[in-house]
Amino acid sequence: MPEVTRSEVEDLLYREAALLDEWRLEEWLDLLTDDASYYVPPNDHPEGDHHKTLFILADDIVRIRERVKRLMSPDCHAEYPHSRTRRLIGNVRILAVEGDLITVAANFVCHRYRRYERIRQYTGGYRYIVKRADTGLKIHERRVFIDAHELGSLGSLSFIL
Amino acid sequence: MPRSYIIDDTERKRFLLDREALVSSAVLQEEMAKIFAKCWIYAGHSSELKKPNDFVTRKVAGRPVIFNRDARGDIHCFLNTCRHRGAIVCTEREGSRRSFRCVYHGWAYRNDGVLGIVPGAEAYKGEFDTKTLGLKTPARFESYRDFWFLNLDANAPDLRDYLGRARDYIDLVLDQSPSGEMEIVAGTQEYDVAANWKLMVENSVDDYHLPSTHATWLNYMANSGVKIERPSEGRVLPTKGLAIDLGNGHFTTDNINFRGRPVAAWIPIYGEEAKPEMAEIRRELVERLGPERARRVADTNRNLIIFPNLVINDGSSVTVRTFFPDGPAKMHVTAWALGPVEESEAARARRLDAFLTFYGPGGFATPDDVEALELVQQGLANWQDDRWTEMSRGMGREDEQLNSDEHHLRIFWRRWNQMMDVA
Repeated sequence: MPEVTRSEVEDLLYREAALLDEWRLEEWLDLLTDDASYYVPPNDHPEGDHHKTLFILADDIVRIRERVKRLMSPDCHAEYPHSRTRRLIGNVRILAVEGDLITVAANFVCHRYRRYERIRQYTGGYRYIVKRADTGLKIHERRVFIDAHELGSLGSLSFIL
Repeated sequence: MPRSYIIDDTERKRFLLDREALVSSAVLQEEMAKIFAKCWIYAGHSSELKKPNDFVTRKVAGRPVIFNRDARGDIHCFLNTCRHRGAIVCTEREGSRRSFRCVYHGWAYRNDGVLGIVPGAEAYKGEFDTKTLGLKTPARFESYRDFWFLNLDANAPDLRDYLGRARDYIDLVLDQSPSGEMEIVAGTQEYDVAANWKLMVENSVDDYHLPSTHATWLNYMANSGVKIERPSEGRVLPTKGLAIDLGNGHFTTDNINFRGRPVAAWIPIYGEEAKPEMAEIRRELVERLGPERARRVADTNRNLIIFPNLVINDGSSVTVRTFFPDGPAKMHVTAWALGPVEESEAARARRLDAFLTFYGPGGFATPDDVEALELVQQGLANWQDDRWTEMSRGMGREDEQLNSDEHHLRIFWRRWNQMMDVA
């Protein structure tokens, strides 16, 4: 197995950020493995287990795909018209490599704008498990840690953070 | 100033609400005195304090409080403010502590509220007496089946009497636990909504909005294999549901379930592997409660409002939700999941997963509720030129009141109006 480089991982994360910011969610799904999962733990128990702790969001691949359907529907009122988002990703680090699984940490800032509304600024950390596949790196798990003590004025997580 | 905000015309079957009630700072100030300082307000659940010395801190009706167990295990609620100069004495969100020490001058209180340490106490020469300077408590603090409420009015009726017939529905929710005990699950959802707090009361029980606001959730359910019947008999929902007045401003919906319930009503999202355990849960319900009560627990769902601001949604999962105003056009919402204390790890995981299909800031439904309420609040900027909210739906219906009518919303507003319309 060839060694993975940080710039390879960064390319994946930057590509994902662009697809999410541009609402190209169908293409974003192609970055995920067929058994991918997506978690946002609650702000007061960031290290909790979603089987025992109430999360903000805990999706398996089936629900991720359903979420994308929802988000692309004009009946998804919280995201119609779509929020404008812009995410900046930095401090990318490879934490561990075990077989074909690579654990990655990164920091993010995501600015979100909606009409008539205040700016919302989400800051936090990503923790990815990236999988090396024949076609390149794919996202096996993405976990989002929001720094705020509570979601509070950030409101709903109606988009993909 | 005392005045009425509603036009309640039973003859013409019209019910109108003055939108000033949803936008005015003066109204909010009056509400804090006439409603939040008079009613029983939910503060916390016994299960959040598992062991002696456990505590949580939070704001209840704008008051920072400590909700805790003392060293003997007795549950208290203290105002989180030092008797000396007023600083918060417990800054942590949750934990275990035998005492609370103010960082400012070092006054320290035992976790039963008694003032234990005053540095340099010999400097006080007069009638200063530490025995009179324990942490203050709300005027009243009582519980019903592990739900703890505070009341800032010493003359309020007892909690049991205040809850009245709403107790039957709390009991019905708790009947899904074989021991009758349920617990708050770790993990809190806290989010703000840029809308008046009373709009959340309406939204929590208003089933009229479901097909329109939650179209994408209904699609998700249908895609997952849930059969969604076309509404019949002039209804707007797949199954029949009622709105029920419980007295004292409390009310509930009582619906035939179509959406799956972690307690014993299987839907494909739970997975084939869940079927045997869910059949066993249902068997236990029938054995313990008899077939009719078991049917109500497993195959009906309800959204219960304890006036003014506690919601227990016993639907896709069980959520305990409370909310407090922060200005007339903003509220802080806190929501927890509630589950039977004895449920298996698999059942708990299913309950939490089911919760996220609908509820909360990342759910498939709640974000659209938040959006709807914020759109109402934004539209209400026109209130002076479009003054009246229309809430007559179902009025004059002779027989039972439907969950998709506005009967239960009128119950809330009549009670609210009655409490506000006093000197």
